[in-house]
Amino acid sequence: MTTEALKMPAVAQRQGRSELMQQRVRAARWFLLPMMIALAVVAGWPLARSIYFSFTDVKLNNLYGAEWVGFANYLQIRTLESGRTIYRGVLADPDWWNAVWNTVRFAFWSVLWETILGMIVALVLNAEFRGRGIVRAAILIPWAIPTIVSARMWSWMLNDQFGILNDLGMRLGLLAAPVAWTASPDTAMTAVLVVDIWKTTPFMALLILAGLQMIPKDIYEAANIDGVHPIKQFFRITLPLVRPALMVAIIFRVLDALRIFDLIYVLTPNSAATKTMSVLAQENLFQFDNFAEGSTQSTLLFLLIALFTIIYIWLGKVNFDGGAR
Amino acid sequence: MASIELRNVRKAFGAVEVIKGVDLEVRKGEFMVFVGPSGCGKSTLLRLISGLEDITSGEMLFDGKVVNSLAPSKRGIAMVFQSYALYPHMSVYDNMAFGLTLEKGQSKDEIRRRVEKAADMLQIRQYLDRLPKQLSGGQRQRVAIGRAITRDPKVFLFDEPLSNLDAALRVATRIEIAKLHEEMNNVTMIYVTHDQVEAMTLADRICVLRDGLVEQVGTPMELYEKPNSVFVAGFIGSPKMNFIGGERAEAFNAEILGIRGEHITIVPENGVWSGTVIHTENLGADSYVYLEMGTEEPVVVRLDGSNTYRSGDVVQISPMNDKIHRFNAAGKPIA
Repeated sequence: MTTEALKMPAVAQRQGRSELMQQRVRAARWFLLPMMIALAVVAGWPLARSIYFSFTDVKLNNLYGAEWVGFANYLQIRTLESGRTIYRGVLADPDWWNAVWNTVRFAFWSVLWETILGMIVALVLNAEFRGRGIVRAAILIPWAIPTIVSARMWSWMLNDQFGILNDLGMRLGLLAAPVAWTASPDTAMTAVLVVDIWKTTPFMALLILAGLQMIPKDIYEAANIDGVHPIKQFFRITLPLVRPALMVAIIFRVLDALRIFDLIYVLTPNSAATKTMSVLAQENLFQFDNFAEGSTQSTLLFLLIALFTIIYIWLGKVNFDGGAR
Repeated sequence: MASIELRNVRKAFGAVEVIKGVDLEVRKGEFMVFVGPSGCGKSTLLRLISGLEDITSGEMLFDGKVVNSLAPSKRGIAMVFQSYALYPHMSVYDNMAFGLTLEKGQSKDEIRRRVEKAADMLQIRQYLDRLPKQLSGGQRQRVAIGRAITRDPKVFLFDEPLSNLDAALRVATRIEIAKLHEEMNNVTMIYVTHDQVEAMTLADRICVLRDGLVEQVGTPMELYEKPNSVFVAGFIGSPKMNFIGGERAEAFNAEILGIRGEHITIVPENGVWSGTVIHTENLGADSYVYLEMGTEEPVVVRLDGSNTYRSGDVVQISPMNDKIHRFNAAGKPIA
């Protein structure tokens, strides 16, 4: 919709604007203005400040006494008299690269499973059956619960001493001894992934379902007469036609997953196995008094997400106007 | 080529019975048209024949074999939908070839040959590389018909294929479908429409449906000349047949008189009835005069050429005696 409004002036200028068109362009600008102001205040300004701070030696207790240090927070290369070269800054910090790796791993696996499971749920919900409305509403419950609440709920369920999952596993003979799911480095990432997939699959399913409902039903009747097997119908008809919606859903989720904070903060605090870029940045900003370093990490995270989004839209030819036909 | 027989076929959606016991035989190579007002069950009946819907009770036979539970793709049918139902992400060629590529033992050359033959028949060969959205409505409908032809079906099913086209295109496509039936000799065709003109011009036989039951089956001229109910009499023919009741009908020993506009003449004097002109329509080749004479709807008289009657003129009219249809109170013809 917004792209339509933005395209219009260009076309109109070429052909000499009519009075009506001029009026519409003016109106469009006025309608856009409040959103632009709101964005500038709540997104533009903080972002600019963060980027600025990342080039200074700012401290949390002295935000206005910051001095410009250039790229020192990012990477500083110093050669000592002994001839040894020392690398300092975020880009030389193994903790940072651990967090990058954790974040990417988390984003990849969570979005992959959410897409597969979300597609299955959406296909089921797209079929007609009695009580479909109730099921559609019910499936949204995990998405509706605040993350802090569901993370706490899961952390109790996963608790090594009192958790219901260990209890069930022991009773069924699947576990020899209780497992500290969230505390053990071997299982912490899996635990976080399971909870995130549980929570976000409904969102994915809903977006895909919206795409599925755009596909006209009569195509499937034509396919039935053509004798197309249901599995072939899915891969040759449904998937290509739901692809635009799917691409948009995936990018929403990847952006969300790349800046994951709350779930990990509550479920596996201080675990190196799950610490993501956002968690690390928050620690440096507000807990360790490394405001400049935290700002640098936030800026890098922003750049990473921006870069990914641009590449994805470019390669995937994502059309945010949606619509298969 | 196949004959189709329906024996006491019923279809219910939940508690609503849509098809209420239909017995019908469609002969080999015949062009059968299902016609009726909306909601009469004609599209449902077509979907039952296609296998897209299950029949609730009764029997459906193709060439004498019961096909009640046979999958649509195994019935040897092809269907053209009202909405075209083309695959929007496939080129015209792929749309037409998709069904064939899934059949075993079809070589690529053979598929190409069949698609191109169908495309030539419909003059859409130059569009084979385009997507459906790059075509006009009429071209899309040709592609849908082409897709059906490439399947080389024994039975062709059309579900209101012309209703999304504009008037001129509708006539042109109608003629093409008629030509198609001649070219593909001996393919059985079943065609659903609510437009009685399409039914009259295309059909070998017409099946008039009403409220899920067959009202009458016959050739277009049989239905026109010997309708077996007031419903069929009113549905077939344009302009609609005039119905006259009351004392005028009693004079002919009937409850209702049916007389078509083309079977009434305006006479200078000694007419059977008289009426006041309320409206005239000049179509060039013929013209209609609407008369107010106390009937439920105005009586239409169809005249050759144009006419010069004006509203308010009082005229005398006479029906052609051998063209009068007499019906009893139940709406059935009196022999």
